[in-house]
Amino acid sequence: MTEQEIFDQKIDADVRIEPKDWMPEAYRKTLIRQISQHAHSEYVGMLPEANWITRAPTLRRKATLLAKVQDEAGHGLYLYSAMETLGMSRQQSLDDLHSGKAKYSSIFNYPTLTWADIGTIGWLVDGAAILNQVPLCRTSYGPYARAMVRVCKEESFHQRQGFEIMMALAQGTAEQKEMAQDAINRWWWPTLMMFGPKDSESGNSELSMRWRIKRFSNDELRQKFVDMMVPQAEFLGLKVPDEKLQWNAEKNGHDFGEIDWEEFWRVVKGHGQCNKQRLDARRKAHEDGAWVRDAAMAYAEKRAQREATKKGA
Amino acid sequence: MSKDWPLWEVFIRSRQGLDHKHVGSLHAPDARMAMENARDVYTRRQEGVSIWVVESKNIHASNPDEAAQFYDPAEDKVYRHPTFYNVPDDIEHM
Repeated sequence: MTEQEIFDQKIDADVRIEPKDWMPEAYRKTLIRQISQHAHSEYVGMLPEANWITRAPTLRRKATLLAKVQDEAGHGLYLYSAMETLGMSRQQSLDDLHSGKAKYSSIFNYPTLTWADIGTIGWLVDGAAILNQVPLCRTSYGPYARAMVRVCKEESFHQRQGFEIMMALAQGTAEQKEMAQDAINRWWWPTLMMFGPKDSESGNSELSMRWRIKRFSNDELRQKFVDMMVPQAEFLGLKVPDEKLQWNAEKNGHDFGEIDWEEFWRVVKGHGQCNKQRLDARRKAHEDGAWVRDAAMAYAEKRAQREATKKGA
Repeated sequence: MSKDWPLWEVFIRSRQGLDHKHVGSLHAPDARMAMENARDVYTRRQEGVSIWVVESKNIHASNPDEAAQFYDPAEDKVYRHPTFYNVPDDIEHM
């Protein structure tokens, strides 16, 4: 049997591929692209939320938001580590992010204008992320799947805290309710875009499904998301901003309106509201942090030298 | 006078897709022999599909005497758990 045949057989039998196993070059490349994009998303995703840490309305909300942003950093780390098992260095990957060569989820190129946006990100955006991520716990590449198990376990609190914020606002004063409605109005469509282009226009999808990196298509997940979220919005007493949204008993799911794909591609290509701001912030954080990395390295060297002298004496 | 063989820690992946798990240790003159010995000792009944051996001196372990201070930062952060948040029982998929 050829290496390719052994690989195909493993994929078909749902046996995980591990770092030292032979894999087609295109499989490795696809994974490096997907995992690094995913890691960058966790990483850049800290920015819109961090925007509200100092202005959280209560100490409880502030502690929660801090914990959530810390989790996103951790999730980025798990994913960068999984990516490194494929032979891509962390430094190269960060360079690609900072140069604009690598992508991250477009959702983070939208601004967080009010406190309700933080609730909406937790509830809607993390809700969508969870739908994407749960099937990835069974993705064909072992280190990626194991990282996702960890991420999904931690992600559950993110969605619940978001819903809690939305519930407090939706059941609050007229102004608070209006703020919640305004947030869902702005975030609903960009969140639907998180599942990626339509199946008919998604170039990478077919191979990713064949290799069992992906297990559901973009459109399948998007449909699931709408069906899951509509009752939750109803419970909150918030309106989903889609005139075409209605229950279709025949397909046992909702029909919904068309996404503005022009906007989708515009943001992907770097022309969203916050693309520049996000990348500038990432680069600045990296450059401003250089002295910390250097100092830690110098300290380690000094300590090693001291140990060596002690042993020599 | 013969030299003592170094000590190696052995980690085994029992099935593709699972983590390597620490199973024990053994003495061997080098990594290659450690690997073969690990196979002979720890996978006699096909308990593994992959083995890692790491020389024990390269493992840096946390100090149990310092555990209290070391893990202290996480102790008062109940809000890192999903159960801390109030979500009505009839909300599905959460």
